[in-house]
Amino acid sequence: MIEIKNLHKSYKMGSNSLHVLKGIDFSVKEGELVAIMGSSGSGKSTLLNILGMLDEADSGDYHLDKVEIRNLNETKAANYRNKFLGFVFQSFNLINYKTAMENVALPLYYQKVGRKERQRKALKYLEQVGLKEWAGHLPSELSGGQKQRVAIARAMAAEPKVLLADEPTGALDSKTSYEVMDLIQQINDQGNTILVVTHEPDIAHMCKRIVHLRDGVIEKDEKVEQVRASAYV
Amino acid sequence: MFSRDRWQEIFQTIRKNKLRTFLSGFTVALGIFIYVTLYGFGNGLINTFDKFFQDDATNTFFLFAGRTSMPYKGFKSNRRIEFKNEDMEEISDNFAFYLDYITPRISRGALVKYDNESNNYTTRAVGPAHQFAEKTIIMKGRYLNGEDIKNRTKYAVIGRLVEKDLFPGGGNAIGKYIDIGGSSFKVIGVFQDDGGDNEERFIYIPYTTRQLIEKNTDKIDQIILAFDPKIGHAGSLVFESKLTKYLKDKHNIHPDDQNALFIRNVADQLKQNQQFARVLQTIVSVVAFGTIIAGIIGISNIMVFTVKERTKELGIRKALGATPRAVIGMIIIESVFITTIAGFVGLMIGVAVLGSLDLTLEDYFITNPYIKIGTGIFATVLLIVSGALAGYLPAKRAARIKPIVALRDE
Repeated sequence: MIEIKNLHKSYKMGSNSLHVLKGIDFSVKEGELVAIMGSSGSGKSTLLNILGMLDEADSGDYHLDKVEIRNLNETKAANYRNKFLGFVFQSFNLINYKTAMENVALPLYYQKVGRKERQRKALKYLEQVGLKEWAGHLPSELSGGQKQRVAIARAMAAEPKVLLADEPTGALDSKTSYEVMDLIQQINDQGNTILVVTHEPDIAHMCKRIVHLRDGVIEKDEKVEQVRASAYV
Repeated sequence: MFSRDRWQEIFQTIRKNKLRTFLSGFTVALGIFIYVTLYGFGNGLINTFDKFFQDDATNTFFLFAGRTSMPYKGFKSNRRIEFKNEDMEEISDNFAFYLDYITPRISRGALVKYDNESNNYTTRAVGPAHQFAEKTIIMKGRYLNGEDIKNRTKYAVIGRLVEKDLFPGGGNAIGKYIDIGGSSFKVIGVFQDDGGDNEERFIYIPYTTRQLIEKNTDKIDQIILAFDPKIGHAGSLVFESKLTKYLKDKHNIHPDDQNALFIRNVADQLKQNQQFARVLQTIVSVVAFGTIIAGIIGISNIMVFTVKERTKELGIRKALGATPRAVIGMIIIESVFITTIAGFVGLMIGVAVLGSLDLTLEDYFITNPYIKIGTGIFATVLLIVSGALAGYLPAKRAARIKPIVALRDE
C-alpha cells in the first residue's frame, strides 16, 4: 500500500539546515496497523506528514497504492489527500463552528458527494464511533475523547486507503486513550490500513507492528503481539 | 462553481461568524452610506445656488444709490445720492442699444387691511417691466401697465399669499378695494412666484402712485434694468462699466468712489455663485471619495484579518481535500456576498435618508439632495471589487501555505 525508498527531508532554520529524515526505506501492506515510535525530534511526525502529502520530501520515492507521489501541485495533492488519506490529529482539528455531523461530512463535500448522501454517511460513521446522539453538537460541547472520535469518524468518512494518526491519544487521559485505540483497532479489524505516530509504548503495543525512528533513520522495525485495548476499557 | 452546496457552505460560515460578517458588512454599508449622503448634499448645495436665481431673470442689473465717500467737484463727501425719474429716462435714451427694459422699484412696508383682516406687507412700487425682472406669474387679473403709470391709478397686484391672508375661505380679491397704509387700492391681479413664500407676500403698485402719495416726489430707491441677452456676459460687463461711468458723471461722483453707487449684475453673480457651488461640490466629492477609500482600506483590513484568523480552518479543509481553488473561491464569494448585500443596504439607506431630508435641510442651503443612482452603484461596485481583491491576495497566500504549517497555526 505504501512504498517509500531513501526518503530525505531537511528543514532550513535560518542559515542552518536541519536534516530530519536521513534515508528512510519503509513499506506498509494493506490492512496493517503500524505504530511509528520515537522520541521527540526523531522525525516521526515529519515522516507522517510526508506520507500524508501535507509536506514534501526533498528526495526519495514514494508510492501510495501504486501511484507515484512526486512533484504534486497543491490541487493534485488536495485531490490525492481527499481520495487516499484520512487524518487524525493530536489536537483534533475540528472546525469549531460546525456540528459533529457537519465536521464528519466535510471531506465528502470536497469529494462532491450529494448532500443527502453526505448526511447519511456522516451519521453512519458517527454511529460507528458511538456518537450518533451527539451529531448536532458543536465541538465545544464535546469532551476530548468525543472530539477525537468525531475526528476519527471524519477521517473514515472519506473511506480512505490509509488512515494517518498523529499522536491521536496525545491530548487524552489513559482511559480515553484506550477507548480511542479500541476504536482504531476495530477500524483496522475491518481491513483498513492505519499508521499511528506515538511516543507512548503502551499505545504502540496496541498496534501490530512498531517502527522505531531515531535521529532520522529507522532503528528497528518489529512485528509485535497486539494488545487489545478493549481489555482496558 | 455556484452549486447549492457551495452556497450552503458559505451561508453557514456567514451565519456562524456573525461578528466577522457584521464588521465587514458594517464597514461597507457605512462607507457607501456616507458617500451617498455627502454626494447628495453636494448636489443639494448646487440646487440651492441654482434655485436662488431661477425665479429671477438673470440678465438684470440692480442699481442702488448710497452716499459719497470722496469730495468731488466742490461737493463734500458723505452726500446722499438719489435717483430720480429722469435718471431712468436718460438711461433709456442713452443706452437703448444695450437695454431690454427698465423699471424703478420703491419698497415700503405697510399695514394692509380688508374687512376684518389685516397684516403687514411690503409694497413694491414698480413699472410694468418689473414683471419680467422678477418673473412674476399672473394667476388672475392682470399686471400693472403703462396706462396705470401714466394715470397714477390706485391699483394693486397682490401675491397669492396676500390674497389667502386677507380673503380667507377662498374669497376672490379681484375688484375688491384694500387699504394700503391708509389709501384705498383696487386689486386688479393676483400673482405667484417661484421664489418662495416671501416673494408671494409682496404687493405691487404703480411707482407714480407711490410718488404721488409721498408728496409728489420724483425720487426712486432702486432702478432695475435688463440688458439685451444678445450682448452676452462680456457685453453686460461693458454695459455695466459704461453705465457706472455715465451715472457717476451725472451725479458728480468721484470716479473712484465705491460707496455712492452700486450695480448688482445678476448674471455676474450667478456665474460666481455657480463657480462657488462647483468648488464646494468638488470638495464634497473629494471627501466622499475619501470615504470610499477609507471603506476600501477597512474592508481590506478585515479580509486580511479574516483570512489570518481562518488559517487553521483553511489548513483543516486542505488536509481534508480542499483544493486551493475551493479555498480561494470560498473566501472570495463570501466576501463578495457580504459586501454586495451590505453595499446595497448602505446605498438604499443613503438614498432613503436623502429622500427624507428633502425639505428639512433647506435652512442649511441644501435643496433637494439627490445622487444619480449610477454614481451610487458605481461606488458600491468599486467597494465590492476592492473587497474581492482584498480577499483574493491573502486567500491566495493562505491557499498556498502547506496544510501542515496552517495546522500548526494556533
